[in-house]
Amino acid sequence: MLDQSADGYVTEDGRQIGGVLMEMRNITLKFGGVTAIENISFDIREGEIRAIIGPNGAGKSSMLNVISGFYVPSEGEVWFRGARRPQLKPYQVARQGIARTFQNIALFHGMSTLDNIMTGRMTLMKSSIGAQAIWKGAAEREETEHREAVEKIIDFLEIQAIRKTPVGRLPYGLQKRVELGRALAAEPKLLLLDEPMAGMNVEEKEDMSRFILDVNDEFGTTIALIEHDMGVVMDLSDRVVVMDYGKKIGDGTPDEVRGNQAVIDAYLGVSHD
Amino acid sequence: MFYREAGDFKTSYADDNQTFPIRFDRVRYYVVLAVAFGIIPFIINDYWANAVFVPFLIYAIAAIGLNILTGYCGQVSLGTGGFMAVGAYACYKLMTGFPEISIVLHILGAGFVTAGVGVLFGLPSLRIKGFYLAVATLAAQFFLVWLFNKVPWFYNNSASGQISAPERTVFGVPVTGANTDAWAKYLICLVFVVVLAWLARNLTRGTLGRSWMAIRDMDIAAEIIGVNPLRAKLTAFAISSFFVGIAGALFFSVYLGAVEVGEVFGINKSFLVLFMIILGGLGSIFGSFAGAAFLVLLPVLLKNILVGQLGWATDLAAHIELIIVGGLIMVFLIIEPHGLAQLWRIAKEKLRLWPFPH
Repeated sequence: MLDQSADGYVTEDGRQIGGVLMEMRNITLKFGGVTAIENISFDIREGEIRAIIGPNGAGKSSMLNVISGFYVPSEGEVWFRGARRPQLKPYQVARQGIARTFQNIALFHGMSTLDNIMTGRMTLMKSSIGAQAIWKGAAEREETEHREAVEKIIDFLEIQAIRKTPVGRLPYGLQKRVELGRALAAEPKLLLLDEPMAGMNVEEKEDMSRFILDVNDEFGTTIALIEHDMGVVMDLSDRVVVMDYGKKIGDGTPDEVRGNQAVIDAYLGVSHD
Repeated sequence: MFYREAGDFKTSYADDNQTFPIRFDRVRYYVVLAVAFGIIPFIINDYWANAVFVPFLIYAIAAIGLNILTGYCGQVSLGTGGFMAVGAYACYKLMTGFPEISIVLHILGAGFVTAGVGVLFGLPSLRIKGFYLAVATLAAQFFLVWLFNKVPWFYNNSASGQISAPERTVFGVPVTGANTDAWAKYLICLVFVVVLAWLARNLTRGTLGRSWMAIRDMDIAAEIIGVNPLRAKLTAFAISSFFVGIAGALFFSVYLGAVEVGEVFGINKSFLVLFMIILGGLGSIFGSFAGAAFLVLLPVLLKNILVGQLGWATDLAAHIELIIVGGLIMVFLIIEPHGLAQLWRIAKEKLRLWPFPH
């Protein structure tokens, strides 16, 4: 059994990190003859920002898909909040408190920003179909309550002006932000970000980094992210898992990982000075 | 100038969530309702009821139903005619089986029966999408029509194979059968339309509606954020079929009075309703009305102008109608896939600023 209270640690900037929130134990994922992930174990602790890095095709996105229930691992166990997770459908995983964003934006293009983020609260809304049909009592009250929560997220992400704009019309950077909002709306315990900075310019990256840090700081949300921008990863994350060809080749604080010879060889490149 | 939201401030989220957030829209909506209930029933005659208003109202219900499934949930269906037939035959069996119960309950019952059948034929949607699902619903269309022709129990073994509606009353006024007044036909359809449109609007703006649209726009992402695709798709099929079934029941009992299934509820009916929502606007309740009005009025208008005024042959006018509808569908699909509802929206945006360009 995992001990939830045991051995947290204190980060360099003085944040207290708690016990283990999610643990991947000996995960192997095979597609036919291809082994995408081979016997990988790591944990994600409460309140930390955990990065997964590695070259293209290393299996990072596959790992995220395993966590969010989209892929079922061929072998190994996923432990979440101290219990082994049975095989669940993705929407059931979402109800357990895991939300994510996608590498290629996966917003609902026909809906407004507001509706997209409201949809993110799907797992928290309980009113019956009958109540929704007549729009009285519980349904209307619930709609208003959740609207308030969504407005807080809209304020937080500074997207008030595009509240009623269909997301298909928004520029890329804002779409990424709306997608983050939609994931936040579910009030997740664990937030998975698949390349949140991909394709952004420096200012957009700075904005996004600030939002990620603020989410972690203000809401106490645990974050696991995949990112290619090494500067960002090293600055943001508390601990880093390094993958290469489906195997784990490094795990530790950014400084430890930076000093790891296997990681340097596989990914960061040999220094030329 | 005419269409202003300036000064129309919202101070609560409930206000902002209204169906018609702009005061001008609300007033206009009440005016339409007042005219529909307070004036038209007193001046309507048989011609206007049978040629325009009753078919418009019934098709509007069918179009809203199909729009819930196709426009909101993104599941293409070519089985609308078949589902309308289910509503009609269910209504007929209920009317003849339980004559002591109100016709209103028969029609609602027909809706529920159709909802059940719709869920059954919606099950393939969990595995297949798009074009292939359309073909599966096409199978439903042909199977249902065949079934109602083949099994005499459905038409109570009548010699002609037709079903015909016996006289039934609401508050002592006949609404089905030969002795029905135009205004009674019109009013019962109007009441169903108003109530169903209101329910549809509420369902599509709430949690359920958002889960449908999420499935429509990006089904994988919808599932990842907690939408149960099974529940979303099957509720869409059930509620859509409920609407379509009621439309079928009204079409048979109130509008036509006697029905031969292959003729009335054939594949043409499925396409007609589909064209209504494509022209009117996918994913819009207003669009369902606009599309139904357009495709009901167009033949009447053409007939009056071409045959009545210009003295052309009737079949020529009918062919011209087909050409116009076909041409318009192509134009709309290419230029404005969101249909008349979007044109209306754009017109409102422009009116909001008129006469200033920005």
